[in-house]
Amino acid sequence: MDHEVARGQGVAAAAPAGVEFGRRGAASAFFAAKRRTRLALLLVPPMAWLIIAYLGAIAALLVSSLWTVDSFTSNVIHSYTTANLHEVISQPLYRTVAFRTIVVALAVTVIDAVIAFPMAFYMSMVAGPRLRRFLVVAVLTPLWASYLVKAYAWRTLLAPSGPLSWASSGHTPGYGQTAIIATLAYMWLPFMVLPVYAGFERMPRTLLEASADLGAGGWRTVRSVIVPLVFPAIAAGSIFTFSLTLGDYIAVGIVGGKTQLIANVISDQVTLNQPLAAAISIIPLLAIVLYLVGMRRTGALENV
Amino acid sequence: MRRWMQILRMPAAVLAAGLLLAGCASSSSGSTGAHKAPNIPMAKSVGNGEGQLNIVVWAGYAEDGSDDPKVNWVTPFEQQTGCKVNAKIGDTSDQMVSLMKTGQYDGVSASGDATLRLIYGGDVAPVNTNLVPNYKTVSSFLKNGNWNSVNGQMYGIPHGWGANLLMWDKQRVPGNLDSWSAVFDKSSQYKGKVTAYDSPIYIADAALYLMATKPDLGIKDPYSLTSKQLDAAVSLLKEQHSNIGEYWSSYTKAVQAFESGTSEVGTTWQVIANLINSDKKTTVETVLPKEGATGWSDTWMISSKAKHPNCMYKWMNWIISPTANAQVAEWFGEAPAQTLACQHTSDPKFCDGYHAMDAQYAAKIHYWTTPQTQCVDGKGNDCTDYSTWTTKWQEVKG
Repeated sequence: MDHEVARGQGVAAAAPAGVEFGRRGAASAFFAAKRRTRLALLLVPPMAWLIIAYLGAIAALLVSSLWTVDSFTSNVIHSYTTANLHEVISQPLYRTVAFRTIVVALAVTVIDAVIAFPMAFYMSMVAGPRLRRFLVVAVLTPLWASYLVKAYAWRTLLAPSGPLSWASSGHTPGYGQTAIIATLAYMWLPFMVLPVYAGFERMPRTLLEASADLGAGGWRTVRSVIVPLVFPAIAAGSIFTFSLTLGDYIAVGIVGGKTQLIANVISDQVTLNQPLAAAISIIPLLAIVLYLVGMRRTGALENV
Repeated sequence: MRRWMQILRMPAAVLAAGLLLAGCASSSSGSTGAHKAPNIPMAKSVGNGEGQLNIVVWAGYAEDGSDDPKVNWVTPFEQQTGCKVNAKIGDTSDQMVSLMKTGQYDGVSASGDATLRLIYGGDVAPVNTNLVPNYKTVSSFLKNGNWNSVNGQMYGIPHGWGANLLMWDKQRVPGNLDSWSAVFDKSSQYKGKVTAYDSPIYIADAALYLMATKPDLGIKDPYSLTSKQLDAAVSLLKEQHSNIGEYWSSYTKAVQAFESGTSEVGTTWQVIANLINSDKKTTVETVLPKEGATGWSDTWMISSKAKHPNCMYKWMNWIISPTANAQVAEWFGEAPAQTLACQHTSDPKFCDGYHAMDAQYAAKIHYWTTPQTQCVDGKGNDCTDYSTWTTKWQEVKG
């Protein structure tokens, strides 16, 4: 019975498809002639998305940073002033916190790069196909666990009477900046390992043999051949680790103790003074733009 | 290189256009100047419930039995009125104010440092107390207060009041504490284990302590601070900062920090102590220190954009009904606003312990209120306002 129905539907569906084909033929003939129309239709949806959703949001943020609030009711007043920007520049607090945030972001990036490099090297160059597949899965698995679960796992790990304290007989860093760096380095590691692994995969193996033939030792090969070749991949990964750290405030709140990063300051201000929060958020925005420009200078983005 | 520049040129142009557009679009409402309560109509009658109720509450104010099966006054309300309660917990007054500004909630249990901001911001409507039968028997010293009414018009229904307490872990901190000095001058003995409430309003706790210990500063009211007095409070808090392990910004964080031993002493609400002691991972003790305390007096307010006003009126009447008000007061650890509630508490002496009927005792607590340049104690106009407090609080945290 079911079978019959299914076959009937199949026949019914086949007929209009033929008609469709004719119409489609006409359409493709039309577009084949008009290359510019075709290009425009192809590009409009993604460009619209980029401009409206992405850049529009940033523009709205920049505009709102020029507004002000009623200091009593917190109602936003739509009159323009540069007072917020001025406060962000003149208050030493924001400088201190921004500096701390960038130090943490760089530390997380360096730690992840140092761990990811040998790991990706092993996965790509040494491990057999079965082990390689297993390792890729192992790197990806933590991404399946909730962000909050991972952050709270580190909170438990670092607790005063937690496992780390027990294993090291009380010599844990406790909650604070070190805990933030460790937790974020753990959470963003897959974002570094995967691009670096892909970078190793792209590297021609023959170059290693050539290097050995020319008499280079292991270290020399790593320094002069491998590192320059996978550097763009490390740079790509570092953009993830750096920018994700700049924006994080939840994990920082969970394991940071009394330490706050720039995103915490923003989230504290958002409830009371949204325009000021918008003005502060220009700091991480600038930091990431400068970071990208710096990465481009090194030539890291040319081949990505 | 050139290709890059070209790619970047397009977004830059869009960004500039966006800025220009936004510039043209607005610039209507100017500065508000002197504050006046906006004219918002008051309900004239209460009809049938709309089936839903969205409220912003302090932790423990809308219990539906999920924390403790015996603690439940939401389910009976839902059964009687058909209004399904969706409660969103606000962790600080600032968060409550910002949630109410979204217009997605019907009401809020606002403390005194949020009430006036909501009234003058036009976020809440005046309350017709005739439509809330249980209001008649509310303690008279909570009616027509300067935090919940404007020109004799009530903007909410009083819920209950209490003090912020000093809490310590009995297993880790020896002896009995009776002074806020444990978290200020003498906090170094608990270095790394001290906690404090993560909100600018906590500056008032430092000011209150200075009121008792440094009378020459001339602080009369912890919410009316000149910039010199504010600086003194801030430097006390910066000293405290070096001994803080972590601040608590939500009650769950406070509970977890004490249970894991991360925090051992600090300011708290009674409900947090009750939750910790009922979990039995550690035991804590609370005290109202000899210097006095800051505290709160909460008010149920109805949003000016409420989508379920009938349900909100029904809720306001329900939550101050003698039984429900007694339940919530005992669970949270506060004095009930409803005078008849004292006959319904499971502990017959409960109301005496919290001085629920004692107007003079109630007057001694320094209730949360929003600092303004016009000193809230009426002693001039050289006080620091809340936005200054906010900046200073960020400075304390560094």
